[in-house]
Amino acid sequence: MKLTGAEILCESLTRLGVREIFGYPGGAILPVYDALGKSKLHHVLVRHEQGATHMADGYARASGGIGVAMATSGPGATNMVTGIATAMLDSSPVVCITGQVSSKVLGSDAFQEVDITGITMPITKHNVVVTKAEDIARTIREAFVIANSGRPGPVLVDVTKDAQQASAEFNWEASVPKLPPKRVRQNHDQAEFDRAVEMLNTAKRPVILAGHGIIVSGAMRAFQQFVRTGNYPVAMTLLGIGCFPAKDPLNLGMMGMHGEAWVNNAIQEADLLIAVGMRFDDRVTGDLRTYAKSARKIHIEIDRAEINKNVKVDAALVGDAREVLERLMPHIQTRDHSAWVRHIAELKGDSAVRDIQSLPDTGHLYAAHVINDLWKETQGEAIVVTDVGQHQMWEAQYYHHSRPRTLITSGGLGTMGFALPAAIGAKFAKPDAEVWVVVGDGGFQMTMSELATIVQEKINIKIAIINNGYLGMVRQWQEFFYDKRYVATPLVAPDFAALANAFGIRGERITTRGEVIPAIRSARESAETVLIDFRVEQEDSVYPMVPAGASLHDMIRRPNNPLVETATEP
Amino acid sequence: MQTLVAYVENKPGVLNRVSSLARRLAINIDSLTVGPTENEEIARMTIVAHTDQNGAHRLEASLEKLVDVLLAENISARALLERDLALIKVSADQQNRPHLMELIKVFRARVVDVAPESLIIEVSGTVDKIDGLLEVLRPFGVLEMARTGRISMTRGGDLLRPPAPETTSSALEAAGSSVK
Repeated sequence: MKLTGAEILCESLTRLGVREIFGYPGGAILPVYDALGKSKLHHVLVRHEQGATHMADGYARASGGIGVAMATSGPGATNMVTGIATAMLDSSPVVCITGQVSSKVLGSDAFQEVDITGITMPITKHNVVVTKAEDIARTIREAFVIANSGRPGPVLVDVTKDAQQASAEFNWEASVPKLPPKRVRQNHDQAEFDRAVEMLNTAKRPVILAGHGIIVSGAMRAFQQFVRTGNYPVAMTLLGIGCFPAKDPLNLGMMGMHGEAWVNNAIQEADLLIAVGMRFDDRVTGDLRTYAKSARKIHIEIDRAEINKNVKVDAALVGDAREVLERLMPHIQTRDHSAWVRHIAELKGDSAVRDIQSLPDTGHLYAAHVINDLWKETQGEAIVVTDVGQHQMWEAQYYHHSRPRTLITSGGLGTMGFALPAAIGAKFAKPDAEVWVVVGDGGFQMTMSELATIVQEKINIKIAIINNGYLGMVRQWQEFFYDKRYVATPLVAPDFAALANAFGIRGERITTRGEVIPAIRSARESAETVLIDFRVEQEDSVYPMVPAGASLHDMIRRPNNPLVETATEP
Repeated sequence: MQTLVAYVENKPGVLNRVSSLARRLAINIDSLTVGPTENEEIARMTIVAHTDQNGAHRLEASLEKLVDVLLAENISARALLERDLALIKVSADQQNRPHLMELIKVFRARVVDVAPESLIIEVSGTVDKIDGLLEVLRPFGVLEMARTGRISMTRGGDLLRPPAPETTSSALEAAGSSVK
């Protein structure tokens, strides 16, 4: 059957199980859009191509499948860069399809020509230019294989306009992926494995460092078995949240820069760290010279390049988290670590008293209240999508996730503007799920144009803006490390509720603690998108905090006299 | 200094990916040679990098993550043979020519071009040998030099072959596109 390259592209995506494409048309991708119109694929028109990549990313993270973003050449493609890098740093399987000028004029600075494969080389798992219609089906299939195998990541396929227009024989069966033959590494080193087992069965103060890899590999059940058998306390990375039930007594919570003090102290006192699908990011370790000095370390990780990158380990088990955990299981002895777990509980000390939740209601609205109330009202079952910054850390601290893929957040790259579009993608992946955007007033203003996408697509998500009138996390650093010189962090914002109304979305403003729960309830009852602008304490900070480069046990704790300024109307 | 060997797809852009990776890891490349193998679809690279063992591990593992790299291996600690080839144009007049010829003989180099005012000397061997010859030629006036950079091969039965093509792509595809 003869089809145009554009038709082959749409047919290939359909056969690969794609339902939605997040994109924005333009000259060099027009043939594909023409074919899209005749296909069963649903195209979601975004308002900026960065939004398209974040939506595809959110779709991928919520579903575990592949998200697809599409844009035209030149500026359309370059607008995708931030979203691609976001997906790369968080190992998210996104396939980006960009139009390109005709192969005849490649390299001539033609209108809207840009070397997008050159630009995205270091931020994609792989990228490729297709100049022939007959190569499109195979290339798309290869892109899907690469994006979601091993350690997932974004793949960009740049299709020249003449390849879209040309006709070629379409033969799906013959267009099998032909990837270069890779050396199959013998990852299972028996000596290394035995050493790990010995460490696991002799440790007195073990702590598991649970990361994103557990969720990516679908290892939740194997992981729970592993934890329960060995009775290992579990600390989680930001992206690991959801891999283990929040309420489990062995779940300590989040580690790292804004992890609870007892979690970080437990890591520092441990005699064995069992890292599973995490990469010892600097936000997790603090100063490497003082990191977990008395602990031996086991690293279970699919990516060999992560082994000994930041932290030297005593045993490295390279492989898919689920496979490695299942291989370890028969060798794990059930051990009693109750004294150690009790000790960690004692490390909590007065943390609960210091916690913002324990303060009497003085009429002030703290972000922690909003997020804690949101958690309670949604029974911890919603998919929460966040940006980066203070609200993100408060979400991680006060919204307790028990299921994987329910916290979607930009971890590695820390991308402002991620939350709103990623939540739209997540909603398409899980149409029946309750999706909440938790976002700061700064990040929201970066991609708020996607409100129009929500209206056009008639989708139902809930948006909670944690509005403190500052670029909060940067302000916090200025407070702690720059003598409160708030340069370029006070932030004027529009009336978000009125703005939402202008888009045709219901908007509300909340300023007191008592209004929070009714507002959340009313939003949840609505069958449409609702935006709530929570005006919270302006100069509240995220505690505890390990300053960048400091030792993990050197935490700035919440002061006993938290600030009592009145929330002011900006 | 660490020596890595890589087998890569013999197609445009691959060299760029490899060198760009080293740049991203902030690893300085001392020399990088690339040429076809007996299989025209596969090229072989020898990469000599200014880094320690840890850096070489990162480079090796990161290289193997590139789709177009079939295999990358740090061979620094293995018994290996290394060769570098240089063409050196040195100024030579009637008076010092005999002296030059003697040195060339000692280094088992060859004269490949003779002109009234200069000679081109071809020398191959280890980096140290070529550096040694260069040192003794310097006083005569080195006018121009071109070096290939190192190529390396492990000795004897220690074979480093490119992986054979597999036929498991469709299985990969099933694994890749599944929703977990």
